[in-house]
Amino acid sequence: MIETHNNQRKHIVLLISLAVGMFGFAYALVPLYQVFCEVTGLNGKTSGRARDLSTIYQNQVIASDREVTIQFLANVNNGMPWEFRPATHQLRVRLGELNTTDFYARNRAAQAVTGQAVPSVSPGFAAKYLHKVECFCFSQQQLEAGEDRHMPLRFYIGDDLPEEIHTLTLSYTLFKVPTVRASTLVSNRS
Amino acid sequence: MISMSNGFRNCLTLAFLASFSTLTFAVEFDLREGVTDMSRRIQDLHHLSLAVCVVVGIIVFGAMFYSIVAHRRSRHPKPADFHESLLVEIVWTTVPILILIGMAIPATTTLLEIEDNSDPDLTILITASQWKWHYQYLEADIGFYSNLTTPTAQINNLEPKGENYLLEVDNPLVLPTNKKVRFLTTSNDVIHSWWVPDFAVKQDAIPGFINEAWARLDQPGLFRGQCAELCGKDHAYMPVVVEVRLEAEFDKWIDDQRLAKELSSGQAVADRNKTWTMAELMPIGEQVFLTHCATCHESTGVGQGVTYPALAGGEIPNGPLEVHIDRVMNGRGGTEMQSWAPQLSDRELAAVITYERNAWGNSTADVVQPKTIYATR
Amino acid sequence: MVAQAEDVIPQRSPLMAFMARWLLTTNHKEIGTLYLWLSFTLFFIAGAMAMVIRLELFQPGIQFAEPLFYNQMVTMHGLLMVFGVVMPGFVGLANWQIPLMIGAPDMALPRLNNFSFWILPFAFTLLLSSLFMDGGAPNFGWTFYAPLSTTYGPPSTDYFILGVHMMGISSVLGAINVIVTIFNLRTPGMTLMKMPLFVWTWLITAFLLIMVMPVLAGVVTMMLTDRHFDTSFFSAAGGGDPLMFQHVFWFFGHPEVYILILPGFGIASQIIPTFARKRLFGYHSMVFATAAIAILSFIVWGHHMFAVGMPVWVELSFMYATMLIAVPTGVKVFNWVATMWRGSMTFETPMLFALGFVILFTIGGFSGLMLALVPADFQYHDTFFVVAHFHYVLYPGAIFGTMAAVYYWIPKWTGNMYDERLGKIHFWTAVIAVNLTFFPMHFTGLAGMPRRIVDYSLQFADFNMVSSVGAALLGMTQVLFLYIVIKTIRGGEKASTRVWEGADGLEWTVPSPAPHHTFETPPAFPPIMDENESTSLNE
Repeated sequence: MIETHNNQRKHIVLLISLAVGMFGFAYALVPLYQVFCEVTGLNGKTSGRARDLSTIYQNQVIASDREVTIQFLANVNNGMPWEFRPATHQLRVRLGELNTTDFYARNRAAQAVTGQAVPSVSPGFAAKYLHKVECFCFSQQQLEAGEDRHMPLRFYIGDDLPEEIHTLTLSYTLFKVPTVRASTLVSNRS
Repeated sequence: MISMSNGFRNCLTLAFLASFSTLTFAVEFDLREGVTDMSRRIQDLHHLSLAVCVVVGIIVFGAMFYSIVAHRRSRHPKPADFHESLLVEIVWTTVPILILIGMAIPATTTLLEIEDNSDPDLTILITASQWKWHYQYLEADIGFYSNLTTPTAQINNLEPKGENYLLEVDNPLVLPTNKKVRFLTTSNDVIHSWWVPDFAVKQDAIPGFINEAWARLDQPGLFRGQCAELCGKDHAYMPVVVEVRLEAEFDKWIDDQRLAKELSSGQAVADRNKTWTMAELMPIGEQVFLTHCATCHESTGVGQGVTYPALAGGEIPNGPLEVHIDRVMNGRGGTEMQSWAPQLSDRELAAVITYERNAWGNSTADVVQPKTIYATR
Repeated sequence: MVAQAEDVIPQRSPLMAFMARWLLTTNHKEIGTLYLWLSFTLFFIAGAMAMVIRLELFQPGIQFAEPLFYNQMVTMHGLLMVFGVVMPGFVGLANWQIPLMIGAPDMALPRLNNFSFWILPFAFTLLLSSLFMDGGAPNFGWTFYAPLSTTYGPPSTDYFILGVHMMGISSVLGAINVIVTIFNLRTPGMTLMKMPLFVWTWLITAFLLIMVMPVLAGVVTMMLTDRHFDTSFFSAAGGGDPLMFQHVFWFFGHPEVYILILPGFGIASQIIPTFARKRLFGYHSMVFATAAIAILSFIVWGHHMFAVGMPVWVELSFMYATMLIAVPTGVKVFNWVATMWRGSMTFETPMLFALGFVILFTIGGFSGLMLALVPADFQYHDTFFVVAHFHYVLYPGAIFGTMAAVYYWIPKWTGNMYDERLGKIHFWTAVIAVNLTFFPMHFTGLAGMPRRIVDYSLQFADFNMVSSVGAALLGMTQVLFLYIVIKTIRGGEKASTRVWEGADGLEWTVPSPAPHHTFETPPAFPPIMDENESTSLNE
């Protein structure tokens, strides 16, 4: 009788630990997915950090002969009162070559609005070959009422881009964020 | 049910059967073949898996029914006493695995082709929102909204329903035959899903992300689909209509669209330069309101609870004009009130705001001019 | 422990005594009864919502259920059936039967058992009250995808989240109780590989519950903080991802559907041998197959997400893993058929429901296999084909399983035989109604009708009408079932100890009705089944 009680207690503790552990596991899935996606580029998200030009150019052959098309898309999420469009819908670029383009944004509203641009690449796994040196998506952008701005994007596509990709599409969606929030919070997340 | 006269029981049976009398049996049983190579291969896959299931079902249920008859107690009074056999377990584990491999191979090759989105001939950006689609032709730089056009009178059973009830739109997506069309999907608010059964293309539209799919259409025609992910109130009311044209006709259509785009900007200039009266704006505003706003705010402006506020006597239509204009043009983030500035022209926006401020007992007497809207953009 | 209220406080009024008994009971039989009545009550409420749905879908056009209300009905029907009917129903059966089947005097943790039950009426009152809140009840489907449920959910969503937490805690505590009971209180001689299959399937189900209900708790907590505390788990604006929601939800969701069926498998494995008068074929296989299904259930969650744009190799992995589950499931079906084979069968109501379960669940399994094939799934996903699939595995699966169990064990619980003629009428009407309701849905799905729509285009009208008529008939069979249950409780032909001629197991050695306390000393195992003590059967 005593043995079963001790056993029971042991089982109860183990099972409760399992339950609590699985609750923690659910939360752990969030960073786990981020790591997984960063490594594989699966969800089409590009890194939120700028690639440092100097270190890259030291080691790499610049500009191979291979060319791909990159398309640019600009979307505005519901409730975001900005006009937003790419300067050009597509570019033909050489791998390894540094390119610059920009996106135009204008705040239509009667008050200052802060926006966060969220990138998405299609096909998803191409995202990890798209290296952004300078991007307006790294931080929040604030525009006063009626203000407009050309926001630059400097990037290169790594020459290790898989053979089968000839076109890739980079889309930004602008979301409205509360103006008071610190801008560093988002840029560290990928 | 317990004790019932024969007559009553007969009546019930008749009533039950009679309830089927309105059926015309114009029904489809099979998955459609569709108009692409991929849709045909998917139909083949469907037939394959269905055939496997039917054959396995016949064997298993056949054995069961046989046993139910032959091994019932009255016919088989002494039960056998076997209760295990390793050989038999191995056989009926291995054979299903082989059958599954037989199904997995065509499924795999078909999927690898479906997921190969490379080298398209044209790309369409499909942006979903509550509750309509926006189509943008990336190369041709034209874009437009596609809204349901079935009248609410039909939905509310006040008029007989048309043949394409709930599957008709104002501006269908127009595509050429025999070109690889790449579809990029995204959403402005919640998750939607773009689906055309005849193309066997179904792709979720996710806010903040783009997805891609492709199709090569063999033949011209009109093809209809629907949103395939619950997206709120009017999920049932955002159909997809695609008009597929022969290549030459498609090219001509693109040119026509470009021309129309230039003309409408000319029209917009004319609208801006004119000063409109209340009498001119109110009917336009009412039309815009009924088409786009009434589904949530009701045609009488009374709204639906806290989710869709009342406009009749409401704070915003009777309050400061700038606030009202801002709300209609830019929406309210985090709610289903979307920004209408991208979708409606200056004239339509001016008209609907004027209408809201002067209908259903609201009497601000405000008249909003298209040029005011233009200046606010 | 309050055994008899009258002994402790002799002055209590009958009402107080009644309430004290049912509020404070720690007896597994009484708690089992409470769970079963809760499940049955919610079955009628969720069923009424289904009637609203089918009535609105009887014809195209909006007849009386506006889209916002309709979406609430669809959502609440799903939530209540999953969390309020099938799960508590199986827990009720577990409570009644597990101690009896392993020769234990009660569950290992009787007070926890009481607490686990009594959370539920509060949780469901909270959930149901959301129907009357401003903005209405949850209206985003029982799968509550973000951002429809986070950013765009009605105010009642937060109450929904609280309700889910409460139900989850109840399930986890109940599962802990089941596992501790099974591991510690089996009568001497009953090794794990000699336990009845119903106990095995519940043991495995309990592990699934402990592993995945906390994940559900995690995902709804993330929803709550996204809605109110400025986190962005599921919002791209803040660096999050709506798909994160789907991955975490379905990591719970897929094992959850196996939670909804495994006890049913156990019930079939108890009933078929009894009425075939033949031992279950392949006991060891059955145990391993059940375990295999449970383990595989953790690696297939992506098959609910084939249209979201996952990479090809991920889709293929989920496809292969999903197809693989057909193997152990098939093994179980074959074993049941082999049990019947060359047995000596009679077809009383429990056997009818058990056989109906096997056949109709298998049909649901077939459509599941078809859904696993990714390219075909692009046409089936989010259509009525899926609705047909899961209603076949849930209704003839879980519900028929529960009904079979009730018919099988109610003579033991009440001491009275149910009315066999009425039971058969219930079965046959239900079989006809279930197929009339759900079979046409395969065709509407194939023809292109999406899910969760309040209104549909004309080519779907005929099949929808047939489904709605079937649903009305199905609703009527539930009333018949209620009548049969109440009638049996109140009286009937007296049941013997063994009840069924082919019955074998410890529960059939205690008197009918089972006394309030049973097996206060551990019984001998294996039991000697008294050949003379059974009801003779007619066939």
